[in-house]
Amino acid sequence: MKQRIGVYICHCGGNISDYVDVEQLGKLMAKENGVLISKNVMFACSDSTQKEIEQDIEENKLDSIVVASCSPKLHTHTFRNVAIRAGLNPYNYTQVNIREQCSWAHSDKPMDATIKAYGLIRAGINRVSYSEVLESLEISAQKVVAIIGAGVAGMRAAVDLARMDNQVYLIEKGNTVGGHVAQAGRLFPTNENGKEVVDRLYQRIRQQSNITLFTNATLEKVSGSIGNFWIEVKLGSEELKLNVGSVLVTTGFDFYDPKEGEFGYRLSDRVITLPDFNKMVENSKGKLIHNGKSVKSVAYIYCVGNRQSKGENRYCSRQCCTAAIHSSLHVHEKFEDMTAYHLFRDIRTYGKQELLYQQSSKNGDIYIRFEEKEPPVVELKNGNPTIKVKDYLTTKRELTLDTDLVVLVTGMVPRTDSNSVSSKLKIPIGIDRFFNEIHPKLKPVETVIKGVYIGGACQGPKNINESVQSALSGAAKINATLKSGNINLEPIIARVNADSCLWCGKCAEVCEYDAISSIANGGKLIAEVNKATCKGCGICAPTCPSNAIELAQFTDNEIESMIDGLMSKAEISPRVESQQNNQKAGVQSLAGYPKIWRTIANALEGNTLTIPQIAEKIDQEASLVTWHLMTMNRYGFVESAGLNDNEDYFMYKLKK
Amino acid sequence: MSTETFSPKILVFSTDKISDPGIDQAGLRKLHYSPSVYVISLPCSSGIKPRWIMRAFKQGFDGVFIAADGHECSYSPKCAEHTNTIIVESQKMMKENNINPKRIRMAALCSVCAEPFVSHMGNFSKILSELGSLETEVYKAQ
Ligand SMILES: Cc1cc2nc3c(=O)[nH]c(=O)nc-3n(C[C@H](O)[C@H](O)[C@H](O)COP(=O)(O)OP(=O)(O)OC[C@H]3O[C@@H](n4cnc5c(N)ncnc54)[C@H](O)[C@@H]3O)c2cc1C
Ligand code: SF4
Ligand code: SF4
Ligand code: SF4
Repeated sequence: MKQRIGVYICHCGGNISDYVDVEQLGKLMAKENGVLISKNVMFACSDSTQKEIEQDIEENKLDSIVVASCSPKLHTHTFRNVAIRAGLNPYNYTQVNIREQCSWAHSDKPMDATIKAYGLIRAGINRVSYSEVLESLEISAQKVVAIIGAGVAGMRAAVDLARMDNQVYLIEKGNTVGGHVAQAGRLFPTNENGKEVVDRLYQRIRQQSNITLFTNATLEKVSGSIGNFWIEVKLGSEELKLNVGSVLVTTGFDFYDPKEGEFGYRLSDRVITLPDFNKMVENSKGKLIHNGKSVKSVAYIYCVGNRQSKGENRYCSRQCCTAAIHSSLHVHEKFEDMTAYHLFRDIRTYGKQELLYQQSSKNGDIYIRFEEKEPPVVELKNGNPTIKVKDYLTTKRELTLDTDLVVLVTGMVPRTDSNSVSSKLKIPIGIDRFFNEIHPKLKPVETVIKGVYIGGACQGPKNINESVQSALSGAAKINATLKSGNINLEPIIARVNADSCLWCGKCAEVCEYDAISSIANGGKLIAEVNKATCKGCGICAPTCPSNAIELAQFTDNEIESMIDGLMSKAEISPRVESQQNNQKAGVQSLAGYPKIWRTIANALEGNTLTIPQIAEKIDQEASLVTWHLMTMNRYGFVESAGLNDNEDYFMYKLKK
Repeated sequence: MSTETFSPKILVFSTDKISDPGIDQAGLRKLHYSPSVYVISLPCSSGIKPRWIMRAFKQGFDGVFIAADGHECSYSPKCAEHTNTIIVESQKMMKENNINPKRIRMAALCSVCAEPFVSHMGNFSKILSELGSLETEVYKAQ
């Protein structure tokens, strides 16, 4: 149990102390068992308070600290670093959230907020008193990267990683590189040819001697962890074992394959998918010819296999609207007198791609909107298609269209082998069945597996630009991780009590990361946690029948003592408002406050000024000065000195 | 204690990456909820031990709410299943101790679920108010 605890309760410049009586709490916490120092501070995160905490730790030999301020999401690293600088283990610090989850949430009930804050801080003190010294695991890392999938995303990332001095193994299951782009003809938005784009990338790869490309290669097995993965790859009859520090997965997507009979697909050769249609357009010269017959009219049916409110693929593939319109523009350019019908649900030509839609409308293409509940019906007479569709844009009248060709605008689906890739690398799969990042906004290319990143369309529908961008951010992350040759791992992981463990294997069963195995210990088998692979989820802990496995920082002692702390009875007296104003003023006492407070105080030294005068003197916006001056007034650093001569502004002076 | 003044004490187990940011957002946007709601955050809701839940009841909490990640859990696709097992296990222990199993609840909350959190707290408070405080409720498991 810790006996020299330092507690710092933050005003947050009024964000907390306007509602929570932090001064009273500071005094109450000073009486708690094990607490040596208890202070309330204006801004815990300010440089001067950080220094003050460091000094307290050093001078008073504090063995742990509690900071009660904002959400741990904001400043955990700030205060961990304070601890480190003062020579305290960073895991002997606990953050208590009395702003987002207390003063702000209960700003309507200040007394209740103070009572709640009391419980929260007591819980923090209890928790920190059980805190242990935890050492992060430092491991050496290979500056070698495996990239799985040589589509545009993987190829482009390989070039960057190689240029940043990493050895790259580019592993492609097909016999050529470039993925879907290599098969595509003219691409939006640049009108470049897909094959040319891929050829250019391929030349850049060949120029890098530190990229090794394997084609016809299949991923067999993955073991190890960040810094030191073993990737087993099969090349024909040969097996390779590659030792890499990190893995980037860029396995892309598959085209949706319509079912037999879906809009007449496979029942007539006049119903084809957009990728096949694009190839046909690319290969036809002078006239658009399909199976020997000339094509003069085309009906595109959008959202095939996508946006199914009841089916498997609920998402929108984002690229297909633009791809279909772009193909239609290409058809008009290449062949004369073509008629195009676009049977769509919504047109999603986002960003600049909207210009393509405008151009297509100018070309005279006919847009007919249908709804999912009443999709177009393709009827076939001697293999010739007739489409019946209800036009939701106008009178909901049923239209009948005779066309030479029906093009199904198919979107993207996850690769059929993505489950196998996922189980080998342990990457989670989302509800859309594409690979899942940790957080779409905050950690968009990271997976829960340290050292394994995802990029390109294997994460979900993306165009080339977006695919390359995400793969490059994965590459940058990997380079930053491997650069120094060493990696520090969080020590918040599971551990086993050798005395009580009986190796029943229950914990190993639920661990998604195979982090638990058995090991002989004192004549019996017990569970052992692999420190490098454990993700610190804690899922194993509740499954143990003998309570022999627990997660560091979330032990029974820590959590149960927190619960006790939350419920501890508070003897809080109603707040005496004047308390706030008893503080000493003067520039010197402003050390812990924002810099602008000191600037304002300097301007007021020996002067009585209005807000516009202060603003002019310190060259700041009057609104900013007003905001800070009001807070300074509230904390008793300045006071009003009556109206000015014109009686249009209040004057302010320093409070002595 | 009359029902009007009784404010049930609720312990919320949330997760640091997904539901906690949602709860923080409720505060940031000053969407008020009962100040008798306390949050302990963990990496994953599947790591909650039934004995912690029992400790909460023993210490005077009237209800325990589990803010789970549902499908968003980045650790395990079976998270909902694991958390559910923990709840079933806890309810068994609760019944053995004559604690009404309605005093525990689970819902999926995401990182922007500020309003849903506040409304869950309102609803759960209402249910717990009807049951009355844990100390006074006479519940006999069948
Ligand atoms: C109809 C349609 C038209 C499109 N037109 C355009 C356009 O004009 N402009 C545009 O910007 N975007 C377009 N797109 C989007 C574009 O195709 C994608 O953005 C791009 O292909 C994504 O690249 P990628 O490298 O992520 O995936 P992919 O192109 O799918 O490449 C993935 C590579 O990984 C390999 N691979 C897969 N699994 C494994 C494995 N297990 N082991 C080893 N290798 C593996 C594959 O063989 C492939 O080579 C279109 C999409 C559709 C659906
Ligand atoms: S991009 Fe267009 S065609 Fe593709 S799924 Fe979305 S709305 Fe449908
Ligand atoms: S569940 Fe408990 S007893 Fe069983 S192997 Fe794991 S730690 Fe040991
Ligand atoms: S904490 Fe999670 S990753 Fe670590 S051993 Fe337990 S279940 Fe496995």
